[in-house]
Amino acid sequence: MNATSNDQRTAILAAIRRGLGRGALPADQSMMLHARLTAHPRQIIPARVARDHAGLVDLFIANATREFATIDRIEDRTALPEAIATYLRAQNLPMELAIAPHPTLESIDWSANPLLTTRFGRAAPSDMVSVQAGFAGIAETGTLMLPSGPGTPTTLNLLPDTEIVVLDTAAIVGPYEDAFDNLRQAGAMPRNVMLVTGPSRSADIERTLELGAHGPRRLHIVLVGADDRQGA
Amino acid sequence: MLNTSPDFKDNVRHAMADAGLQKALDRAKKPFALSRANAVAGLPEFEALRETAKGIKNHTIAHLDYYLEAFTSQVESKGGQVHWCRTAEDARNAVLGICQRVGARTATKGKSMISEEIGLNDFLAEQGIEPIETDLGEYILQLRNEAPSHIIGPAFHLNREDWEESFRAAHTHLPADRIFAEKRDIQAEARAVLREKFLAADVGITGANFLIAETGTSIIVTNEGNGDLTQTLPRVHIVLASLEKVVPTIEDTLSLLRVLARSATGQEFSVYTTFSTGPKRPGDLDGPEEYHVVLLDNGRSNMVGSAFQDMLRCIRCSACMNHCPVYLTVGGHAYGSMYSGPMGSVLTPAIFGADQAHLLPSASTFCGKCESVCPMKIPLTGMMRHWRERAFERNLSPATGRYGIGVWGFFARRPALYRAVTRIASWSLGLAGRKRGSFRALPLAGAWTRDRDMPAPEGETFFARYAREQRSR
Repeated sequence: MNATSNDQRTAILAAIRRGLGRGALPADQSMMLHARLTAHPRQIIPARVARDHAGLVDLFIANATREFATIDRIEDRTALPEAIATYLRAQNLPMELAIAPHPTLESIDWSANPLLTTRFGRAAPSDMVSVQAGFAGIAETGTLMLPSGPGTPTTLNLLPDTEIVVLDTAAIVGPYEDAFDNLRQAGAMPRNVMLVTGPSRSADIERTLELGAHGPRRLHIVLVGADDRQGA
Repeated sequence: MLNTSPDFKDNVRHAMADAGLQKALDRAKKPFALSRANAVAGLPEFEALRETAKGIKNHTIAHLDYYLEAFTSQVESKGGQVHWCRTAEDARNAVLGICQRVGARTATKGKSMISEEIGLNDFLAEQGIEPIETDLGEYILQLRNEAPSHIIGPAFHLNREDWEESFRAAHTHLPADRIFAEKRDIQAEARAVLREKFLAADVGITGANFLIAETGTSIIVTNEGNGDLTQTLPRVHIVLASLEKVVPTIEDTLSLLRVLARSATGQEFSVYTTFSTGPKRPGDLDGPEEYHVVLLDNGRSNMVGSAFQDMLRCIRCSACMNHCPVYLTVGGHAYGSMYSGPMGSVLTPAIFGADQAHLLPSASTFCGKCESVCPMKIPLTGMMRHWRERAFERNLSPATGRYGIGVWGFFARRPALYRAVTRIASWSLGLAGRKRGSFRALPLAGAWTRDRDMPAPEGETFFARYAREQRSR
């Protein structure tokens, strides 16, 4: 920070404190605020997520579908190449995939389906279809949590026309708060966390909703495994 | 930057005669209210959440100094930088300094009201850095050299033919005889043109819906994904945020997000709600190498402790303007400020001075609809009334109005005289208008009767009638 910015910081803080009619906070009050930041208490959680895990999966699917995402369900990861190939064929899309270099996706035998060509890494501007590893599904609004990291590049969520997100059914939670708690447990706050609810859209032209504004125009979610919480 | 708020009266006259604008307003009116009402009905906790949201922001503002410093140290600990800026000029220079240091030629931009407030685009262009708006609505406004007319639907005042005309004029590299059969063809063209710009930009500039003190995170909420491309592809990400955007924790932010989209577009949640924390990490394959937050004051610290402190709770959802009979009649441009509708009528004088914008708080029928839909329960009408009082005290309001209020005040303080005069006026007007039942024109009220007839009074005042009916009981 340069000297000018430091002066401005001092001036702004002084003006705020003048308005609040006090000086800098006494240590005990700072401690209380710090404790609140550390505890990050929850507020109201909508009652709609008060259901068992199978109920949350149903809610997630219903909400995501309403927001124009499509859903597929498979028993286990070995079925993924075939499921993706079937989806792409039905949509008349190219069989070339840009895949997140995530252990759960790298460990799959993609050659099981000879029609698919695959490349692992971030998205290139020419990529038409991406496959991303989802971290959580939030049933409350049918929202995916997609954190960035070496195995989950953000560009896969943005550049291709079609994004396919692979998510463990067990990773579906009720409210946003549960997803963030799981994220905290996984380590430090990632550089980028996208909460994605359906494909990109805009209503800027005469308030008519059109999909595919700048991001993907199709969002396809493949849920892997049964409803129970095992392996979560 | 503020342009035409002092000309509010003329602006209103033009707006009401603008057929294209009126068509756009008619199209928006019902959906604005209906989509919010549906979203609110879908969440039984909504009313309780409004109270929670208000409490979170009140707590934050009461400790704003603490949370801004906490936010700053979190950003710094993650390798980012916060630039504290007292004025619009300081903020412009902070952005320019970063752009010049990295040798930027173009900067893509996500939608940012702070950018409008500080007049960033013209400034960058003057300095040889090309700013490129990427939100669909902001993009066409940049092509047309127009200001946004709504804080979240900046181009909602335009009609389809305006889009086609502007795109044909701007995208001359495409065949002139191409056909826009559907609205989606217009959108597809913008997507293709802007994709090239995203990939070539040196700097990406976004706004922020919230800043989280707990983690040093900035948040953008969009539907298009343009903000995400803006902040992910270039080497440098600059966040423009005013200081009241800070919120303590992720959980606090989630409560605000639950009311934001529902109040704004009537969605349960926007398509992209993205949390950005610092620059690219070791091992990351994408993301910016530099992360800067330009933290703008521009008059807000002076609102703390003032009659307008509650306005700092505003989360820019636009519910107030979407439900305002004045806004829905004249549109956003008439206000002459990037902040329009009830929230703009309160905020504009606070930022740009009452001498510039004292007419805006008068643009209200005080129907109170804005307050009833505000997710943050901001007392908008009370604050507009407060601005009116200040304008009166400072002799800013027009002489005829002041004279009229003075005359009324003289009689109102003398009840017996007041009743006598109104009795005579009511009786004579009732007599004069008995035949037609209304007046086409009245002396001293020419402006009022130009657009409507004045119904003739029945001849008896309310007081007289009340007294008579009491007697006859």
